[in-house]
Amino acid sequence: MDAAVDTAKDATGPLLEVSGLAKHYRLHGDIYSKLAGQKTQYLKAVDGIDFAIRRGETLGLVGESGCGKSTTARLITRLVEPTAGEVRLKGEKVLGFSEARMKRMRSEVQLVFQDPYSSLNPRKTIMHILGRPMQLHGIASSYAERRERVLELLARVGLGLEHIDRYPHEFSGGQRQRIAIARALAVNPELVIGDEPVSALDVSIQAQILNLFRDLQEEFGLTYLFIAHDLSVIRHISDRVAVMYVGKIVEIGPADTVFANPLHPYTQALLKAVPEADPDKPPPELTLKGEVTSPVDPPPGCRLCGRCPLESKVCSESAPPLRDTGDGRQVACHNI
Amino acid sequence: MKTELKRGTMTEPVLALDDLSVRFKLKRGELNAVDGVSFAVHRRETFGLVGESGSGKSVTARAIMRLIPTPPGEISRGQIRFEGRNLLDLPDEEMRSLRGKRIAMVFQEPMSALNPVYKVGTQIGDAVRTNLGLGKAEARERTIELLSLVGIPAPRDRIDNYVHEFSGGMRQRVMLAMALSCNPSFLIADEPTTALDVTIQATILELITRMIEKFDMSLIFITHNLGVVAHACDTIGVMYASHLVELGPRKELFRNPQHPYTIGLLNSIPRLDTRSKHLTPIQGSVCSMMSPPAGCKFHPRCAQAMEICRREMPEFREVAPGHYAACHLHGRN
Repeated sequence: MDAAVDTAKDATGPLLEVSGLAKHYRLHGDIYSKLAGQKTQYLKAVDGIDFAIRRGETLGLVGESGCGKSTTARLITRLVEPTAGEVRLKGEKVLGFSEARMKRMRSEVQLVFQDPYSSLNPRKTIMHILGRPMQLHGIASSYAERRERVLELLARVGLGLEHIDRYPHEFSGGQRQRIAIARALAVNPELVIGDEPVSALDVSIQAQILNLFRDLQEEFGLTYLFIAHDLSVIRHISDRVAVMYVGKIVEIGPADTVFANPLHPYTQALLKAVPEADPDKPPPELTLKGEVTSPVDPPPGCRLCGRCPLESKVCSESAPPLRDTGDGRQVACHNI
Repeated sequence: MKTELKRGTMTEPVLALDDLSVRFKLKRGELNAVDGVSFAVHRRETFGLVGESGSGKSVTARAIMRLIPTPPGEISRGQIRFEGRNLLDLPDEEMRSLRGKRIAMVFQEPMSALNPVYKVGTQIGDAVRTNLGLGKAEARERTIELLSLVGIPAPRDRIDNYVHEFSGGMRQRVMLAMALSCNPSFLIADEPTTALDVTIQATILELITRMIEKFDMSLIFITHNLGVVAHACDTIGVMYASHLVELGPRKELFRNPQHPYTIGLLNSIPRLDTRSKHLTPIQGSVCSMMSPPAGCKFHPRCAQAMEICRREMPEFREVAPGHYAACHLHGRN
C-alpha cells in the first residue's frame, strides 16, 4: 500500500491477513419460531471485512458497542467459527488448521481481555496463572524453570516478585491487567490481541498500562491488534487504524492520516463527538441523524443510510466497497 | 475554609457544602468516604465533580440527597445548605418532599435505576402523580409531554414500552424525563453518559445542557471523564481519596492546573491531535481508603512531595481568583 511495506521485515508478507471475514447469527430459525410464524432473520455481527497486520505494527480497531470489534477478535482466534471468509496467519490458513497446529497457534496468538476481574481464575495463584500456559505449551518443563520465568515476567510487567504466590483478589484493577498481560506473554506470542484492555481502568492507571503495551512491543517485537472504543487511546497506540460500523470496516489507514483528515462521514462524526479534555477545543457534537443502525437484516446499501449527511441515491442501492484513496488508506463510501 | 468559597458574585449560592464528611463503619474498620468537602453551586451554574473510582464523588452526591445508607454510613460532619436551609437538619418527611421536586438525580445505569417490570409511562406517571398530585389522565399527558421534551420519537407509542425496549441512550433520556418531571431547581447527574457510546454521549450532553437552560436549573455533573467536564461545566472540583483537592473555573483549571494530582490526570490522557510515544502516568496506585497515609493523601504518588506533605494535611487555599488547591506547594512563601 505505501512505501513502508517494502521494508525487509515485510518481505515475508503480513503476519495476519483477514479477508471476507463474516459472522452471521441466525435468529428465530428454530422450528418453534417457524410455527409461530416468525421470519428467520440474520444478525450480521461481522459482515465481510478485510485487513492485514504487518509484523511489529499495531492495528487499532475502533467502533461503537455492537459494531463487531470483539467478534472480529474471536473469529481470528477461532473462539467463534466464521460464517465465511479467510484468516491467514503467516500465510497459513487458520481455518484449515489441524488440532495440533491449532494448539501451536494458541501460543502464537494471545488475547488480553477487558475485565481483569473475570479473566483471571480467583482460585489460582499468580504462579499457576502464569506458569500453567508455559507448561501446556512445553515452554518450560520443570517447575523451577517455570518459577524463574514467572518471576522474570512479573518484573517485566512491573509487579513485585513477592506477588508470585498471591491470588488475583489481592490486586488492584491495574495490577490485574498487568498479570493478564504477563499471562499473554508467557507463551512467547507473536500477535497479541487486546480486546478493550484499558477500558475498565482509571485514566492514571490506563496511561501506565498503555506505556507498558508500548514498551513490551519494542522489547519483544510484538504485533498488536488493539480493540477499543476510546478514540484517543486508539490514536495513541496505533500505527494504523480501522474504523468499524455495524459489521463493516468503513475506513482503514495510517492513524496519522485518518485522525488528521478523516474521510468517511462516520469517522468524521465519531471524531467530532469526542469531548477533548481541553476547553479551547470545540465542544462535542453529533453530525449524524438518528440512532445506530440495527445489525439484524441490515439494509442492502451502505449501513450509514438514513443517518449520513452525504447520502445520495446510490447509497441505498449498493454497499460501497473499500476503495484506495491514494494516501495509503481505504474508505468505503460512494460519495468520496 | 468556611465562607471563603463564596464566589466574587455576591449572590447566595443555591447549594453549599461545608466541611461535609461521610463515614462508613465497616467490619474491617472505619472508612472516610468523603472528608471535609466544601464547595458552592450558584443559580444556573453547572458544577463538575471529577475524580477516579472510589474518590468519593458519588457518595458526595448521595449525601446531598441524604441517600447514604445508615448504618453502616453516616454523615459525620459538616453542613449541606440548600436554598438557605441545612438539609441535615430537616426531618425525613420534609427531605422526602424535597427529593424529586426540588433536587432530582440522574444515575449512571438507567437499566438498574428504572424498574424493568413496569412500563416507562407508569414509572414517570407515578412520580408525577405523587409529587404533583395530578390525576391519571393528566399524568399520562404530562408524561407524553416530558418524553417528547427529551427527544424520544413517537412518545405516544413509546409511553407503553418497557425499559428493555429502549436503547441505552433512550433509557438515559427516560431517566432525564423522570428527573425533570417535577420541575426541580437542582439536578445531580451521576456519570450520566459513562455507559454510553461517544456519539450518544454527545447527544445526551447536548440535551442536558439544553434542559438546564430551559428550566433555569443548577447542575452537579459527576464524571471521571475530564473531556466531558471540559465542555459541560462552569466550575470544576477535582476529588482524590475522599478530599476535594482542587476547585476552579473551567478554563482556568485546564489551562493552569495547580494540584499535582490534577496535573497528573491531565498528562495521563492520550490526546486526539498529536501522538506522543509515551504518556506521563501518575506513578503507583490510589491509597487504601481503610488505612490512608498521614498528611496529604496524594503524597505517596507525588513527585514533588516534601517533608511536610507526609505530616500535615494541606489546607484549601486560593491560588488565583476563584481557583483553590489543597497543596503545600502553594501558599507557603
